[in-house]
Amino acid sequence: MSEHIITFDKVNKWYGNNFHVLRDIDLQVKTGERIVVCGPSGSGKSTLIRCINRLEEHQQGHLTVDGVELTDDVKAIDDVRKKVGMVFQQFNLFPHLTVLENLTLSPMWVGKMPKKEAEDRAMAQLERVRIANQAGKYPLQLSGGQQQRVAIARALCLKPKIMLFDEPTSALDPEMIKEVLDVMIEMANQGITMLCVTHEMGFAKAVADRVIFMDQGQIVEQNNPHDFFNNPQSERSRDFLSKILGH
Amino acid sequence: MTATTFEPIAARPAPVKTEGLIAWTRANLFGNTSTALGTIAIALVLLAIVPRFFSWAFINAVWAKDYDACHTAAGACWGVVAEKFRIIIFGRYPFEEQWRPLVSTAALLGLLVVSCMRAFWKPWLAALWIAVLAFYFTVMYGGSLGLSRVETDRWGGLPLTLLLASLSMSMAFPIALVIALGRRSKLPAIRSVCTVYVELIRGVPLISVLFMASFMFPLLMPQGFNIDVLVRVLAGITLFAAAYMAEVIRGGLQAVPKGQIEAAATLGLSYWQTQRKIVLPQALAMVVPGIMNNFISTFKDTSLVTIVSLYELTGAMSLALNSDANWRPFKIEGYLFIALIYFIFCFSMSRYSTWIEKQVNKSKLR
Repeated sequence: MSEHIITFDKVNKWYGNNFHVLRDIDLQVKTGERIVVCGPSGSGKSTLIRCINRLEEHQQGHLTVDGVELTDDVKAIDDVRKKVGMVFQQFNLFPHLTVLENLTLSPMWVGKMPKKEAEDRAMAQLERVRIANQAGKYPLQLSGGQQQRVAIARALCLKPKIMLFDEPTSALDPEMIKEVLDVMIEMANQGITMLCVTHEMGFAKAVADRVIFMDQGQIVEQNNPHDFFNNPQSERSRDFLSKILGH
Repeated sequence: MTATTFEPIAARPAPVKTEGLIAWTRANLFGNTSTALGTIAIALVLLAIVPRFFSWAFINAVWAKDYDACHTAAGACWGVVAEKFRIIIFGRYPFEEQWRPLVSTAALLGLLVVSCMRAFWKPWLAALWIAVLAFYFTVMYGGSLGLSRVETDRWGGLPLTLLLASLSMSMAFPIALVIALGRRSKLPAIRSVCTVYVELIRGVPLISVLFMASFMFPLLMPQGFNIDVLVRVLAGITLFAAAYMAEVIRGGLQAVPKGQIEAAATLGLSYWQTQRKIVLPQALAMVVPGIMNNFISTFKDTSLVTIVSLYELTGAMSLALNSDANWRPFKIEGYLFIALIYFIFCFSMSRYSTWIEKQVNKSKLR
């Protein structure tokens, strides 16, 4: 066992026959490391993190998550998904279930946990994201920021070792971004391994151990946030940073 | 520059509509020239039709079982219903045994009503279905408990309509679910089997399915092997309804966003758990109106079994009148009577569907 919890080894992926979305990705993530992935749209950053829990399959190379290599083996995929939580841009809460039911679903059906225990765990997670008083409501009755915090709590109910965030604040009103980022920062301080696709550079500066910049399916540059923001090495990252920080 | 303080305006209740009948009439029926003309035109048509129908159906109508009076009367002859009531409702079932369809159909109707109520959506409801159906067939078929045997080809009228409709609907629904899921399967074999099934069934009219079930199926079976015609016809209607319903359900499945399935996958749910807990509840909620459409049309399609000599409500009605020259001229009254029966059932189903829609949409209310 290495100290790396996630290892990409020459990973390649195509959409259809022509769109080479991930190109020779090599990446090692240490246990507890907090990584921010950024880059222009279509650069493959979402695809990269979606490969980690096999929402997308890679076609070449090796991808190992917590000692399990991801292949077509369904058992391996189930194994990995138990350790990896994910938060989506569009929240993807289940609209026909209450907030509490959203959280207890997986512990009860996948983890075979008794209802009472699952509810206790769910309430603890809702406390953590400061939304316990909304447990009986339906997702669509909440604001976007509240929904995303519920989504984070739902992912945390599985006690994952790794959390993936796919643009968690991109669908939110400006005033709600902060409440979600605050929750994420708090999580980051508790030692969970995090990979976060985001353009919130303030968040990257505050919590990231490493920033990865992607373009056209490749990792162009990776560095600690201080050096990445103050002294980007490649021209492409400089250009990108000037666009998103320029106003 | 001094900052001004933002003072929110306190929320007020929405204004109450206070307009009366006259104001409403003026605004909605005579709002402008074309509306006014439309209102007058419709009023004239109604004035021409309604009083005539009313005097035909009620004022000049004959209510007694007296066909001489009926022949001379200017109005409707409801006596035909009074006279032929038992045959219309129970078909060719032996006259002195007709308490049996009455009792068993009452049990079946009770079961249907109970099944519609939320409080009874418990696992034991399935056991209740089995018990009631066993009761239904025991009482109807007889041959035991001191009851004389009545072959299924003597069953008829409303009991047969209700039996065919309720059984075919309740069996078609699960089949349709499986077919709809199958058409979206990743496995090409399953997908094509389901597609071929739907396209084959949709490609032929129900009448030909019933013909095949009734006349062709026995030819294909080995000598001496036979399945009761009622069962064959029931299977035909079920498979037919399932094909249509499957497509309605598939529409709902397609409307569930992909993100829902991805979220379920990241939570570790298996395929069947995802379908059962996430996809189907949302998909079915979206297609309640379409499914109810299927149910209602299946209910009415049962009238086609007449062509294979099973006399359900519509068939029993023509049987009753065609066999009796005295009452034969009063078909209109007879058909209006069974139309009323069909309407009561279909309208109840439609109201029930509205209630279901409200139930499943609770999570969307603000």
